[in-house]
Amino acid sequence: MLEGTKPVDNVGLVEPKTAHFSESLALASGSELHGFDIVYETYGELNKERSNAILICHALSGDHHVAGYHTPQDKKPGWWDNAIGPNKAIDTNRFFVVSPNNIGGCSGSTGPLTTNADTGKPYGPDFPLVTVKDWVKTQTMLADQLGIDVWAVIIGGSLGGMQCLEWSIAYPDRLKHTFVIAAAPKLSTQNIAFNEVARQAIRSDQNFNDGHYYENDNKPELGLMLARMLGHITYLSDDALDEKFGRELRDGEIKFGYEAEFQIESYLRYQGRAFVGRFDANSYLLLTKVLDYFDPASETGGSLAKALAPATAEFLVISFSSDWRFSPERSQEIVSALLDADKCVSYIEIQSKQGHDSFLMPIPRYHQVMSTALDRIAEGLGIA
Amino acid sequence: MSLRTDQALIAEWIKPGSRALDLGCGDGTLMAHLQQHQEVKGYGLEIDEENIVQCIHKGVDVIQTDLDKGLSEFKKDTFDYVIMTQTLQAIRYPDKLLKEMTRVGREAIVTFPNMGHWKNRIQLALAGHMPKSKTLPYEWYNTPNIHLCTLTDFENLCGANNIEILDRATVDHEHQSSLGMKLFPNLLGEIAIYRFRQND
Repeated sequence: MLEGTKPVDNVGLVEPKTAHFSESLALASGSELHGFDIVYETYGELNKERSNAILICHALSGDHHVAGYHTPQDKKPGWWDNAIGPNKAIDTNRFFVVSPNNIGGCSGSTGPLTTNADTGKPYGPDFPLVTVKDWVKTQTMLADQLGIDVWAVIIGGSLGGMQCLEWSIAYPDRLKHTFVIAAAPKLSTQNIAFNEVARQAIRSDQNFNDGHYYENDNKPELGLMLARMLGHITYLSDDALDEKFGRELRDGEIKFGYEAEFQIESYLRYQGRAFVGRFDANSYLLLTKVLDYFDPASETGGSLAKALAPATAEFLVISFSSDWRFSPERSQEIVSALLDADKCVSYIEIQSKQGHDSFLMPIPRYHQVMSTALDRIAEGLGIA
Repeated sequence: MSLRTDQALIAEWIKPGSRALDLGCGDGTLMAHLQQHQEVKGYGLEIDEENIVQCIHKGVDVIQTDLDKGLSEFKKDTFDYVIMTQTLQAIRYPDKLLKEMTRVGREAIVTFPNMGHWKNRIQLALAGHMPKSKTLPYEWYNTPNIHLCTLTDFENLCGANNIEILDRATVDHEHQSSLGMKLFPNLLGEIAIYRFRQND
């Protein structure tokens, strides 16, 4: 069915690949990972000069499947298909796009679901906590394996934007440009608070069993569902929810009970259940910690400008007017620090209604800004 | 990408290799010119999205900024020049922004439409209506120009704030200059261009 209906600007059918690393990885926590896999996808062709590579860093619940379809039966394409493909904002006719799944996740790269060779069982809660720094380190190893010394651009939204910042600080020679989208230089107290409620929802589920739930038939589904429901509310704006659901009732009348009566209730429950089907609770716990820990300025006496001092990349910082989870003010903190550190930076706040999720939406001005910047980058590379 | 005459005059005043900040930089024409021809480094500040896209297209680093909120992002003397062309009159607190310009830049340059031009004077004095011209094309109720002034007004403000005027030029709406304008700038000049700095 997809054959005839698939838009011509799609990357089409794609197949995830796996990169294996046998060496030990020393993690920021002091733990070590004895070998690991990274699952990734690529779109477009790496040119002879190896100069046209773009790295996409995913956010909390994202993965390596960014564009195209895995099978002709897939109902949905990758999570950023509206931005990546032939003649799209991130044009795969010109650029070679690489999208890895970070370790600690649950989409194929080594994480809590992976069998621990020492025990023969899944790591589960024993999978070491990782940081953005660890992720970026593994991404450099993937880049080495793919023969990419320097990324033309590294692009990431939300937690992905934090990876962009880390790349620019830790490996300044390995990227020319970076698009830091709907990001923050560190989580606010309120953001950590939301994450803590999500974690407590999971950890207090009676099936959680301290994270050792793989052996049982029962997973902490209710807890993970609650965590996602909470997260989902914070990713959308008040206006977006109001516009979509208002106070609409499922059956047209109040029933004086606790079943889902308002449309928003059944929507949230549906979103929560769908998430439980594709995500692992231990991974979710770990990923919220990755977010909480990120704070590059903590290593330079609280000064983000000092933290960013090593960066040589040209920055494009993009925020969204209705995003209250990673508000424009948080992006402006990044911009201020970059100005203070005398870096090349452009900044725009895109007018949007969809809250934090705006960064996933095909907002024309947003995509125009990215494609305009990429046109210029392509011109500089002689691949326009 | 050709410069307006007021921009060309400004470009002449700016030393090659210097650092500049362009407030209300529009589509980035002036900054792009300064970058390409005079090895100037710096940023443009702009509020309009379409203009921001044009700046990115030209390779001008641009920060979306509401100038009415000041320049607190920038430290003292960060730039050699802070430039603002044809924007001063649309600012909510021009006096505060002028001070900010001289704080952030060692020197500042502004251009603005001169309300003291003879045609404006005649329209108000004889016809009895708010002046309209090619430089000031708006009606009183829809103009973004909420703080129009004359050369004399501007120089009085500078004097009151211990701002030293280093250069002054005037041009007409076609951005040409003439001998008359040099002799009677406040009467014959349509657009004023000033370079100035804060004296301690």
